[in-house]
Amino acid sequence: MTIAEIQDEIVEEFSMFDDWMQRYEYMIELGKSLPLIDEKYKTDDNLIKGCQSKVWVHAELQGDKLIFTADSDAIITKGIIAILIRVFSNQKPQDIIEADTDFIDKIGLKEHLSPTRANGLVSMIKQLKLYAVAYQTQLN
Amino acid sequence: MIDAAYNIETIRKDFPILSREVNGKPLVYFDNAATSQTPQQVIDVIVDYYQRYNANIHRGVHTLSQEATDAYEEARIKIQRHFNIAKPHEVIFTSGTTHAINLVANGFSSFLKKGDEVLVSAMEHHSNIVPWQMLCDRTGAVLKVIPMNLEGELIMEEYHKLLSEKVKLVFCNHVSNALGTVNPIKEIIDAAHRAGAAVLVDGAQAAPHIKADMQALDADFYTVSAHKMCGPTGVGMLYGKKEWLQKLPPYQGGGEMIAEVTFEKTTYADLPHKFEAGTPNVCGGIAFGAALDYMNSIGFGAIAAYEHELLQYATEKLLEIEGLKIYGTAKEKTSVISFNIEGVHPYDIGTILDKLGIAVRTGHHCAQPIMDFYQIPGTVRASFSFYNTKQEIDGLVEGVKRAKTMLL
Repeated sequence: MTIAEIQDEIVEEFSMFDDWMQRYEYMIELGKSLPLIDEKYKTDDNLIKGCQSKVWVHAELQGDKLIFTADSDAIITKGIIAILIRVFSNQKPQDIIEADTDFIDKIGLKEHLSPTRANGLVSMIKQLKLYAVAYQTQLN
Repeated sequence: MIDAAYNIETIRKDFPILSREVNGKPLVYFDNAATSQTPQQVIDVIVDYYQRYNANIHRGVHTLSQEATDAYEEARIKIQRHFNIAKPHEVIFTSGTTHAINLVANGFSSFLKKGDEVLVSAMEHHSNIVPWQMLCDRTGAVLKVIPMNLEGELIMEEYHKLLSEKVKLVFCNHVSNALGTVNPIKEIIDAAHRAGAAVLVDGAQAAPHIKADMQALDADFYTVSAHKMCGPTGVGMLYGKKEWLQKLPPYQGGGEMIAEVTFEKTTYADLPHKFEAGTPNVCGGIAFGAALDYMNSIGFGAIAAYEHELLQYATEKLLEIEGLKIYGTAKEKTSVISFNIEGVHPYDIGTILDKLGIAVRTGHHCAQPIMDFYQIPGTVRASFSFYNTKQEIDGLVEGVKRAKTMLL
């Protein structure tokens, strides 16, 4: 699936819930099911700055696609990265770089996060894209 | 038991914000240690100021300026009386506690030399650590820490041991923002004085709950923020003993702080104007006075008794939740409960509670050394005020239970 198709799918899933409590429950479930990052990658280098809870992200290239793994010490944050990983992982670096992230507005994620979390979300997307840029340079 | 005259429903009506909704639920405001809400009586004073007599003070000959000056100076007298301060000029208006501490820390640069020591309690927030670290960097003085135990109480034996003749200054909060501990401040002050050290007490968290008597306490400096006690943000008090305030150099130049200025030399104004450079927060100062009037109309005895009952009730109810741990279990506490649930990040609990309309603080509460001490990333902090109710606490307990079920 393309990044756009995955985003549409997520928007549809979130639209099934009536209120934000249910959406949070769903995000928590996603967080719990997130494939964990290898412990050896939970280093300060992989820590995303700007998140008040801790977030580690690791990226590696498999073939021509970028695979992301991540973890957080807070479960709702983990749910948020789980969504981001679903969108961006297993995609070509160039596609990640060019991807829109309008699904975040569509599901109302940003407005339903505290400002610190919303900043964290922006930092996370920025970080994923930075990885993509780095690996794209490598591929070239 | 709570005094029968304490009418919580009447009190709640004074706070318009308490009737609003958050996320479709009635607001439950339990972040009072960060800032308290403002009663209509204080809001009216603010509105009246801007509608009727907004003017710069101490310099105008016109009526508005005179009225504003009178009201501002009257507020100073209210603060003086409230804290039983000997002279009105020992009350310095500041923008708040942080400003007050920085004012003193800056002034102390000229009194400290290399090898002098300053003592800080282990339960300070950053505003009462960083300015002193900066002072130590400037002067070569050494910062030492008064340790605390797991209950969140200062280990007084260690404090007494630390007090040598090298110690020039001790700074400690009266009440801890993160733990609610009420420190044995009189003992701390007296021992420091015997050792020849001055004491600054950060009273920001104490002032909303305890009516401190400056002459009885005998602290050299005491700081207060108005917004934590029903007043507006951006205004506070530095109390300083006259002898100290006279010795300390001015902090900022300009405005009312001068006596005479020539390009060769400037002489400084008398207290308190020496420390009140520029145009002060006139409306804020007046409203601070109104906030004290409001709280005194309820009575600090009644407030303390009611809040103690809330604290006990909430502590009992929250501890019924399995896996919940309270940080800060000192014998003497104000109405602050800092807690975590085993295996759950405090942010997650705070986020779920917010969705239920319940405002708590999560994180390190600007007191990272305390979190390091307990080796936790932060806590959920519920801090109660005299306008909160047991029903609201029941809502918190239910919310925490719901969050726990969702998160674990």
